[in-house]
Amino acid sequence: MIISLNHYLVLAALLFSIGVAGVLTRRNAIIIFASIELMMNAVNLAFVAFARHWGDVGGQIFVFFIIAVAAAEVAVGLAIIVVLFRHRETVNIDKVNLLKW
Amino acid sequence: MEAFFFLLLAVVSIFSGLMVILQKSPVASVLFLVLTLVCVAALFVMLSAPFIAAIQVIIYAGAIMVLFLFVLMLLNLQRFTEGAWSRFQITGVVVAAVLAVVTALLLRAVPLPADSGFLRETPGLGSVEAVGLSLFTEYLLPFEIASFLLLAGIIGAVILSRRRP
Repeated sequence: MIISLNHYLVLAALLFSIGVAGVLTRRNAIIIFASIELMMNAVNLAFVAFARHWGDVGGQIFVFFIIAVAAAEVAVGLAIIVVLFRHRETVNIDKVNLLKW
Repeated sequence: MEAFFFLLLAVVSIFSGLMVILQKSPVASVLFLVLTLVCVAALFVMLSAPFIAAIQVIIYAGAIMVLFLFVLMLLNLQRFTEGAWSRFQITGVVVAAVLAVVTALLLRAVPLPADSGFLRETPGLGSVEAVGLSLFTEYLLPFEIASFLLLAGIIGAVILSRRRP
């Protein structure tokens, strides 16, 4: 069995779908955040697989930037969760619906 | 040999990915996420991207996950029961399952160029030299913008989490 681009893409698709399921079903804001990281990693895997396939380092550079953006996103997002917890004493997103229609 | 390691890493990463969303305790969930990230880093090594794999382990599995665990410990969350599944959540599972099946089927059905193995063999593809050279010539402006974004992220996090008198 020769491992080709398709195998990596199918794996990335499965990991991404697991992340989507986590975001849509869990109510704990921190686990939702972890699921978003999972989705981001699936996309990174697809990028690196394509970089390997075409022999172009551009895909790996993109992953580098995605990791940088993820770091900034996590810092701000976790700060928001900390503030949320300080105000509401919960991270259950069903209890935080002030801006929901 | 390569197929064996790919299948092993794929199975472990999907298992730990499922554990991320199935665990009750957020700490266990984040620790399983670290396992997934390490598996993906190993896959990066197999895809001749050793530099990105090192960054993944140091920054993602190291720094970002430590931040996650730090916030979890800081908040001292009581476990809340997520209660009965709402219609929205059932729809979410269905949507995710349909997404997985459709993408997997599509990818299996569409023959990409060079279906056996990879298209090109580029020696030294993901080496530090190749990535660094590309990063500091072709992608220099995005690189600088990323540093500004990180600065904005730091300032934002500090301002948000500051206690107001």
